[in-house]
Amino acid sequence: MWEPTLRFQFEDRAKQAHAARLGMWVFLVSEMLLFGALFALYAAYRTTYPAAFAGATRLTDLTLGTANTYVLVTSSLVVALSLAAARRALGRLAGGLLALALAMGALFLVLKGVEYSAHFREGLYPGTYYRYAGMPDRGAQVFFSLYYLMTGLHALHVLIGMIVLAWLAWLALRGRFGPDGDTPLELGAMYWHFVDIIWLFLWPMFYLIH
Amino acid sequence: MSAEPDYLHATRGLGSWLTTTDHKRIGILFLWTVSAALLLGGVFAILLRLELLTPGRTFVDPMTYNRFFTLHGVIMVWMFMIPSIPTSFGNFMLPIMLGAKDVAFPRLNLASWYVYLAGAAIVLTGMVLGGTDTGWTFYTPYSSKTPADVAPVVLGVFVLGVSTIITGINFIVTTHTLRARGMTWHRMPLFVWSIYATSVIQVLATPVLGMALVLVALDHALALGVFDPAAGGDPILYQHVFWFYSHPAVYIMVLPAFAVISETVCALSHKNPASYRAIAYSSVGIAFVGFLTWGHHMFVSGMSALDVGVFSVLSMLVAIFSAIKVFAWVGTMYRGSIAFRTPMAYVIAFLVLFGVGGMTGVAVATAALDVHWHDTYFIVAHFHFIMVGGTITAFLAGLHYWFPKMFGRLYPERWGLLAAALVFGGFLLTFIPQFLLGNAGMPRRYYEYPERYQALHVLSTGGSWLIGVGLAVTVVYLVWALRYGPPSGDNPWGSKGFEWLAPSPPPPHNFHETPVITHGPHEYFRPEA
Repeated sequence: MWEPTLRFQFEDRAKQAHAARLGMWVFLVSEMLLFGALFALYAAYRTTYPAAFAGATRLTDLTLGTANTYVLVTSSLVVALSLAAARRALGRLAGGLLALALAMGALFLVLKGVEYSAHFREGLYPGTYYRYAGMPDRGAQVFFSLYYLMTGLHALHVLIGMIVLAWLAWLALRGRFGPDGDTPLELGAMYWHFVDIIWLFLWPMFYLIH
Repeated sequence: MSAEPDYLHATRGLGSWLTTTDHKRIGILFLWTVSAALLLGGVFAILLRLELLTPGRTFVDPMTYNRFFTLHGVIMVWMFMIPSIPTSFGNFMLPIMLGAKDVAFPRLNLASWYVYLAGAAIVLTGMVLGGTDTGWTFYTPYSSKTPADVAPVVLGVFVLGVSTIITGINFIVTTHTLRARGMTWHRMPLFVWSIYATSVIQVLATPVLGMALVLVALDHALALGVFDPAAGGDPILYQHVFWFYSHPAVYIMVLPAFAVISETVCALSHKNPASYRAIAYSSVGIAFVGFLTWGHHMFVSGMSALDVGVFSVLSMLVAIFSAIKVFAWVGTMYRGSIAFRTPMAYVIAFLVLFGVGGMTGVAVATAALDVHWHDTYFIVAHFHFIMVGGTITAFLAGLHYWFPKMFGRLYPERWGLLAAALVFGGFLLTFIPQFLLGNAGMPRRYYEYPERYQALHVLSTGGSWLIGVGLAVTVVYLVWALRYGPPSGDNPWGSKGFEWLAPSPPPPHNFHETPVITHGPHEYFRPEA
């Protein structure tokens, strides 16, 4: 059984794993504030343009947005199951589940791309590039700036998460996780759940609140 | 003496430094780079003061002058003051003070240095090629419209922020997980408390600034219009987001200064701190309240009277925590056995500058007075006293106090005191006239001014030369002492600080035997067991 190395600065593996988890939590808090700046701008602009934001929310694709929510939440469940499998030393199962989650991440990005291209055909561009004749409104311009900024930043995180999942799947298939050592997988799962949770806020903000 | 070589001699060659994961060596790498940034920022300070020597054109055109003060601000704020003390002394001392062998994530620590270099390179390249003229605050709408090239500089600052966050995460986790046996939270040296509080602010506030800067870059490069009124955007919102970070950033700069002062004042007074808990908790208090005061930068930007009142009162709260600290430090010196060495000279300079800066801070937090002083030299003098004076004097105090710790050699004391006198005197001469200029109505950032202001401007420019000479002297004797300074022994100050439990300079893993902590730090009145 492969075991993680104990680095010289730690007394034991439990402390080492605790440090890694704590580091990830602090990093995620920092990430949250990166999105937080945009959430704050959304709140401020929504207060400035309440009617335009409500109207612009109807222009986004509720069906695709909701489908994507299911895809992402299910992928989080799959990642959690793969962690449980890895802890029972079921490396192949864990790796397979991670590959499935990876595929769901890809599906999410494909659906997002379909949405973006439909918007582009209609002229629903961000900010000064906004050309949609059906709703010539400054508030809608700002809404779509924030829409692309926030879903774009989120999509970037999905992409990074997919790279992490691919690396973890490869490690899992090589039997690198077990009851004694699953820290990288646990951290990767935390990151994936974080990306998922951010989407759970974006979904109502851009699709549901009319 | 032990046979084990110290960290400076454990391995040799430039390659061993560039690939090191030893927190001490990374601290030294940062010490060199932030010192270089200090000198570079200082050169631009002297150049812009030189331009202000005469009422009209002295030697450069207005656009070049704008670039000078922008370069001065950007380099000093983002490449020196924010990273300076945490990355250099923090990296070197924090693990040793905790009784740890290294930080929690040593490779990430080295990555932080390379990310810093990358950010600095992007900023400087942007400055050389285009040269931003916005000042260090990148206010919209000007920063979206200026013909100068804004994007590379703000993206470089974003990258510098990433470096800051990495260091912050590392210190937080190290403090939580790598304390030696017996090292409870209330036995941590005061340095650690302040650096910990700093790290929390870094992790929480820096990403918000990063996002704001990305938006400025998009607005400028692609004309996206997030802050452009023509596209429905609100430029004032940028100020809110910017100051949400940049006001706490003031505490990112000055809390590490508190960290250094708390250590040096105990060691050179040979006395227990007047109140350990007051100093430790007020750091945390400042970190918290610092997040609630950003609006005081915007009293004249258009804000409701209620908001102005709330931000005004919250801003004054900071002064209470700061005053607690100042009284605790002065109380520590009172009836202590003070060694008037260079670090102590800088401690006294710090107390004067920080005291005056703090009191003028309460004055400018008063909204009615701020309307008169806003965007004048009074504000410039105020923040130079409090954050620049505070950070630089503490940085120099720490540099002299820990020089034997880091290099095992003594610096020449007389030269140290002379340089301290030059820096302190120069600082007063530079910025006291600026208080008077600002109160008389001289706006900041202006290229020209009426002749009646010239006498004070000349004094201020003369002061900048004194600071320059003081820093140049410091560089010369410290570089000399690196090679020719007499050996210092393990603890030349007789300090009880925990970092002195390790040999000077320490071995690669800091301690020959990991210490077990049985008492609090800075205990000078404790009978020896």
